[in-house]
Amino acid sequence: MLPENLKEHVVAAGVEAFDSDALLGGANELGEVMLEVAPAKIVSVAGFLKYDQQFVRLSSVTAVDRYPAEPRFEVVYHLHSVATKQRVRLKCRVSGSHPEIDSVTGVWRGANWYEREVWDLFGIRFTGHPDLKRIMMPDDWEGHPLRKDYPVTGPRV
Amino acid sequence: MGNSGLPGNILADVEEQQPMEGGTRRMVLNMGPQHPSTHGVLRLKIELDGETVTKCEPDIGFLHTGIEKEFEVKTYQQAVTLTDRVDYLAPLSNNLCYCLGVEKLLQLEIPPQAQWMRVMLTELTRLNSHLVWLGTHAIDIGAMSVFLYCFREREEILKIFEMFSGQRMMTSYFRIGGLALEPPRGWQKRVKAFVDMFPSRIDEYENLLTNNRIWLGRTKGIGYISLEDMLDLGITGPMLRGAGLAMDVRKDAPYSSYEKFDFAVPTRTENDVFARYQVRIEEMRQSTRIVRQAMDGMPGGPWKADAPHVVLPDREKMKTQMEALIYHFKIVTEGFRVPAGEVYQVIESPRGELGYYIVSDGTTQPYRVHMRTPSFGNLQAVPKMVEGILIADVIASIGSMDFVLGDTDR
Repeated sequence: MLPENLKEHVVAAGVEAFDSDALLGGANELGEVMLEVAPAKIVSVAGFLKYDQQFVRLSSVTAVDRYPAEPRFEVVYHLHSVATKQRVRLKCRVSGSHPEIDSVTGVWRGANWYEREVWDLFGIRFTGHPDLKRIMMPDDWEGHPLRKDYPVTGPRV
Repeated sequence: MGNSGLPGNILADVEEQQPMEGGTRRMVLNMGPQHPSTHGVLRLKIELDGETVTKCEPDIGFLHTGIEKEFEVKTYQQAVTLTDRVDYLAPLSNNLCYCLGVEKLLQLEIPPQAQWMRVMLTELTRLNSHLVWLGTHAIDIGAMSVFLYCFREREEILKIFEMFSGQRMMTSYFRIGGLALEPPRGWQKRVKAFVDMFPSRIDEYENLLTNNRIWLGRTKGIGYISLEDMLDLGITGPMLRGAGLAMDVRKDAPYSSYEKFDFAVPTRTENDVFARYQVRIEEMRQSTRIVRQAMDGMPGGPWKADAPHVVLPDREKMKTQMEALIYHFKIVTEGFRVPAGEVYQVIESPRGELGYYIVSDGTTQPYRVHMRTPSFGNLQAVPKMVEGILIADVIASIGSMDFVLGDTDR
């Protein structure tokens, strides 16, 4: 499942050994490591990477809308290890009809605002988030602007 | 207070006061969205017990302009102008990060002169940004004159930017493939005059502040937040270095030939507002060193990549060669295709780790661009830093973070 240039990679091998069901795939392109993780396992994989692989920093959480493909959303996490100076990207695919994934705020408190931003702009729910509310748009805003089916321009009343 | 007229009445939650034991009430103070110390529109909802902050909740988004959405309808080269407007105190750092990301996707080789010029100008940007920070931070704490001195030197930097790009602030001087314009004739003289003058000016600021008893009283031991909390909450940049961790992307993962420059990453261990001040002052000295090295050792040769399908041709060639004219037409009207893929380019901006996550689907416009901005990560730690301290120290504490609200809200 993993490409050849990733099988020997310490982090990929570590996650594979930790929970082989959690790892759905990966890529090692342009010098950047990406691991695709089963959405249901994201919290346990994140915890493993933080406490066993020294990824103490969560650099960012964001999402990509692949509309109209299904599963529609990719939730993307960028991790950084201060000790080994490595960076890893985690990716979880989430369905468009019911976009929901567990929150990693329990692993990195810093995920709080990033997940709120993804909820606000993409409408992906993070279960277990302590305070999931809009962060960029006004509280009474309708829709999620970074979705691909949300117009870039046009009148709004 | 009544209805503020803003959507959803943002003051509603402030108007409810929480009763405490013994019939007293906590006071809820609404600092901002317009407040002189927030440098932009940030609202802090602060709950007070006497003069002590018991709870703080930042409210952001007032400057959200949908830049990430806008990226998706611009060609790659057009989108450079958007990056200027994210962090308006460090436009060239944002230009650089975006261009490096797209160049990585295109696997473009950038000629040495362009790389060194990029280093020199982003370091001048760092000086520019730190000068604005120092001036405004000092004014928040009550030292008026430092502001005027800082802006005097900043003016010189802006003149250099204007000389290079024709613009003082929204420079868009770095383009995918190199620079926007040929470096102007006589730039060395201007930059040399600046780097010769600047170190003595840093001494001047230090004379005004470093041993100033009022400054020390307002900054020493204020704004502590443990290193573990910083890493967990996503703080980067001078804040981390003020807590003793020498984390700097320029050293950890050098980009644009930073590995060829000799500079130190200053750190302090006191982890308070004063330590962050010292770190930034020392960074200004180090950046001046880098600018001088770049100026002295500036390589010759081309200043843009040899990639006709990406880089606009010279004016002269356009008028004489059919090929160049065709490329010019194609780049301007439809842009160039970028191979499908994704990249997370990280650089050290004046405020910390700046990351651009660029997803390409093989067309001429980015499929998705996410900006991991240092201000957003840093600002998240405000509650942790100010809860439990005196209201009077809130200004000094948040000032030491050096955030830009345009950078936070995007």
